[in-house]
Amino acid sequence: MRRSYLFLPGNQPTMLQNGAVLPADVLIFDLEDSVVASEKDAARELVASALRSIDYGGRRLTVRINDLEKPYVKKDLKAVVAAGAHSIMVPKVTGAHTIHHIAVMLDLIEEEYGFKKGRTRIIALIETALGIEKAFEAATSSSRVEALALGGEDLCADLGCPRTKEGMELLYSRSRLLIAARAAGVDAIDTPFTDARDENGCYADTVYARSLGFDGKLSISPHHLRSIHRAFTPTEDAVAFALEVIESMKRAKCDGRGAVSLRGKMIDLPVLRQAERTLELARASGMIVTETGEKPS
Amino acid sequence: MKMNSNQMKNARAGTLESGDVLVRIEPADSLEIKLHSPVINQFGEAILRSVRDVLDLFGVTSGTITLEDQGALDCTIRARLTTAIRRSLEGEEGVSP
Repeated sequence: MRRSYLFLPGNQPTMLQNGAVLPADVLIFDLEDSVVASEKDAARELVASALRSIDYGGRRLTVRINDLEKPYVKKDLKAVVAAGAHSIMVPKVTGAHTIHHIAVMLDLIEEEYGFKKGRTRIIALIETALGIEKAFEAATSSSRVEALALGGEDLCADLGCPRTKEGMELLYSRSRLLIAARAAGVDAIDTPFTDARDENGCYADTVYARSLGFDGKLSISPHHLRSIHRAFTPTEDAVAFALEVIESMKRAKCDGRGAVSLRGKMIDLPVLRQAERTLELARASGMIVTETGEKPS
Repeated sequence: MKMNSNQMKNARAGTLESGDVLVRIEPADSLEIKLHSPVINQFGEAILRSVRDVLDLFGVTSGTITLEDQGALDCTIRARLTTAIRRSLEGEEGVSP
């Protein structure tokens, strides 16, 4: 379960070190926006060195490389793939061609280092109007793509609209990206909340994203992680209901039925899938430790 | 990648921020390593071992290498020194002022 994706500035050693103790599900080592042009080489070397040396526990390790328009992409990919990055966040994806370029380079690098082909996955960062239009095409263009992520700030700049805390200007883009991700069978990751000091605002924004169906949220600040995880934590009632649903459906299956009634509601496969997702979130949040709902001691 | 003294030019990498190390390389006829660190008594030998490892990797046998350590991890020291050597040798992108 990947609820929180935390950006770490690639040229700041202390932040890369802190990543090992921050509770993010996914760490994104950033070589793009947070690194000035004159320090791209230093950041690349530092991130690769950190990936090789620091124990980040079970966290998923992603690197946001520079965009294809810049001359750094090959060097970025080679350094971080060789150092063991699990996935690459590709910025400014505007369709299948962006993903193809990266996938071909990854094929060559994985072959050179003797890695299993396809080992390195891709998160496509969608941050332009064209990117939104081509989101499904990008998501289905390579089996390496594991998620679509929304970059709201750049998108608003491209759309020519102000970015607000309420985020109504992004409703269509969020919905469109989510449907593209679901149709392609990949995760959907929401845009970061940009006020680092406003934890309540981040919580409300994440609750909203979750209500739309997003699987996780990007974060530009460690202060937001608690809010994001809280927003992705189901209520005790929801967990209890999910456990009842699963138990009822198990009995129904034994009885040869596809649907049952529970608390006056019809329970069938779509409800079962929702219940399974609730339990996944409950496990990720530490509310339960087993499928049967056992609580942590 | 191997380097000799006539290929080298002044280069630097890193910062003086906490957790970082500023590395400077200047051409010289012989090899001299100058280390300044608040933890030199505890970790000076370990830092110097890492520095020599990286210098060996690149075949650096001359030059004045100055490290102003601000409590950097070993991986940071290796990364900054590697960047400084590459800048010194190749004049890559991002040569610091």
